Amino acid sequence: MQISDIERDAVAEIANIAVGRAAASLRQIVGHEVLLSVPSVDILTHEEASHVVAKPGNRALIAVCQNFDGPFSGRALLIFPEANSLQLVRAILGQELPLEDIVDLEDEALAETGNIILNSFVATMANVFKRGLTMSLPTVLRGDGRQLFAGAPGERELVLFLYINFEISQKEIRGYLALLMDIPSLEMLRTLVQDFLDTVALKGAGQ
Amino acid sequence: MPRTVLVVDDSKLARMVACKALAKIHPDWACVEAGDATQAMAALQAQDVDISLIDLNMPGDGGLVLAADLRRKRPNMPIAVVTANIQDEIIARVRELGATFVPKPLTEEALSAFLTGANLRLRKVAQ
Repeated sequence: MQISDIERDAVAEIANIAVGRAAASLRQIVGHEVLLSVPSVDILTHEEASHVVAKPGNRALIAVCQNFDGPFSGRALLIFPEANSLQLVRAILGQELPLEDIVDLEDEALAETGNIILNSFVATMANVFKRGLTMSLPTVLRGDGRQLFAGAPGERELVLFLYINFEISQKEIRGYLALLMDIPSLEMLRTLVQDFLDTVALKGAGQ
Repeated sequence: MPRTVLVVDDSKLARMVACKALAKIHPDWACVEAGDATQAMAALQAQDVDISLIDLNMPGDGGLVLAADLRRKRPNMPIAVVTANIQDEIIARVRELGATFVPKPLTEEALSAFLTGANLRLRKVAQ
């Protein structure tokens, strides 16, 4: 299974647009600028994808996960080191709350924040392709990279893996936004990318 | 008078979108493509460029660094930074550089509005 350079470029560019919107949502929630890396797009096995996420020092991870379904389906994850979790929740809820309240609200705050960011990310991709996607409710997962990806659609299959680092300025909070798409979906995605490229070409030709 | 527009984006697709939209709005204008900041600076040396459209999130020097370099070299060049990253800090930094913030996905309307303003500015400078 391979994707052509222009398809990879198109997926990365559309993800770049989508993550820009998602970062703006996160910025509104935490009140600090969100710095983004350039997205990387690859066809990997789940195993390989989990290794990318579980880099040295990233063993204990926490993730908000939502599955999406429609013309293409897969799983979107907002992932960060567990050590950053309370700090992120504090950034979301405000500095004045006592620690015990923050601990109580941790999963709820993460799920809600993840929901806003992941919806913004997936919805922007859906809008670019002019197709509707449905999103599952967010779940909060803890574990290493392999555990986070367990049970995803097509567990042992190849997936399209899209990966972007983010960092919240002045907060020392880092994380990743990842998208796993299964291969039957990827076929559909290729068709949509091609349609999108055709539209771009036609528009440019003045039609 | 026809202008030359430099389009800097690491995505070929994004460059295609920008150049096609430009061709539709101003068929007689020229579009020069660059895939990163280094190529952009080389293009600037090699030919006359009137206007620049720069992507924000690129490998190597990002769009803001490139826009600052361009601004130093060409104080009067109309520059747009094109991005979906609509965070207040980004928009503020783009404006500090005397550049225009243009949201992605790039639409013909947004590009046309920027180009009209850019053309007026260039005419004013030439007077």
